[in-house]
Amino acid sequence: MSARQEVSPPLGLLAELTHRCPLACPYCSNPLALENRASELDAATWARVFCEAAALGVLQVHLSGGEPASRRDLVEIVAAAREAGLYTNLITSGLGIDAARLARLKESGLDHVQLSLQDVDAETADRIAGYRGAHTRKLAFAGMVVEQQLALTINVVVHRANIRHIAAFVETAAALGAGRVEIAHAQYYGWALRNRKALMPTPAQVAQAMEEIESIRPRYAGRLVIDMVVPDYYARRPKACMGGWARRSLNVTPSGWVLPCHAAESIPGLQFWSVRDRALAEIWRDSPAFQAYRGTDWMREPCRSCDMREIDFGGCRCQALALAGDAAATDPACELSPHHAIMRKLAESDACSADDEYQYRGRSVAEPAIAIPVR
Amino acid sequence: MPEPARDRPRLAPGVRLHFDKTRGAWVLLGPERVIETEGPASAILQRCDGTRTLAQIVDELAALYTADRADIEDDVRNMLAELVNKRMVV
Repeated sequence: MSARQEVSPPLGLLAELTHRCPLACPYCSNPLALENRASELDAATWARVFCEAAALGVLQVHLSGGEPASRRDLVEIVAAAREAGLYTNLITSGLGIDAARLARLKESGLDHVQLSLQDVDAETADRIAGYRGAHTRKLAFAGMVVEQQLALTINVVVHRANIRHIAAFVETAAALGAGRVEIAHAQYYGWALRNRKALMPTPAQVAQAMEEIESIRPRYAGRLVIDMVVPDYYARRPKACMGGWARRSLNVTPSGWVLPCHAAESIPGLQFWSVRDRALAEIWRDSPAFQAYRGTDWMREPCRSCDMREIDFGGCRCQALALAGDAAATDPACELSPHHAIMRKLAESDACSADDEYQYRGRSVAEPAIAIPVR
Repeated sequence: MPEPARDRPRLAPGVRLHFDKTRGAWVLLGPERVIETEGPASAILQRCDGTRTLAQIVDELAALYTADRADIEDDVRNMLAELVNKRMVV
């Protein structure tokens, strides 16, 4: 590969401020090996990263975790992001932010809040989150966000336990006063891969859910933006994961490692660089992990000669590794992949599993999550 | 349909117009959205401040660009209707 190809600047930065979180969702996007508090970057380092990001061309920062509110210096971090000129989006469970703290976040320039809901029904929602009382507190938090006239998105991760409520999620988001709802099917890497048997919906459930969304969409036109991502396991073509590897966005972990996507550490042999050692611009341009699958030079057939190669960029590297055993293979979500049929079979068989027990993120298998009976 | 004399369009909550120095262009930033705007579009959006009426915005654009006022009004209405639909303008 040519080491110095023309590299366009990134648009988005996912800042994982911490991996600490009161919730324990079984599809958490954090890695299986969670980083601890002692290794977290301090607010001053984040401020430097935001300035470097803005200078590099980043327009939006997504402050995420774990639960970003677990950081006592969250207000300071938000202020720094906004001072750097970045559009500042807080991705939160709402736990740990009261009205006074929310007001301080708003004063610091917070642009937008994205709140996750696990279900529309409190009992199931709390079982999924592994935290009793979470749902009620989330609804109260949504109320505060709207009351303080901050823009609100409701985010929902869809899987077997909540997919039948997909239309009710949209209705709830509208009733809460959100301007946007994001419906994302669980992505099966890391924790979700471990819980695939308990999470995977059937093809019939997915088809029905997609139909329901399309049928209610016109009702919300101009009132609520509905963004929905098609689930990979039942797709015919892969999605352009991250808009293409090292093409539009980057991710900084709590301790400062810079990744092309939040699951990239699941790919063995990739060499990551840290913001503790180098400037962000240099990492974006030259880090071996970013170079590994940037552009199309790394592709093999059937991607290499495919007309879609600069549209879907071969799909997701982490999924290729998880299911085809090779991160440089075509994402098995593509019907042209030799592993496509196997992927579909895996999904259909997991979807029929009677196993509804979750292995909660960050909790040991032996530890009961909460004393809510499994239905 | 917007009412030119009465409607005072403004950017929706969570939406900002930002000059992107790296790319040398005005961009509309919203929740998970980056919309690049070109000359006339950014001129319109800069005037969507909740104080100017739609008619005033069209007047100001007509003074800036040498096009027929009716055509400008059509363009402004179409653009704003699309952005209202996307919840970027209210």
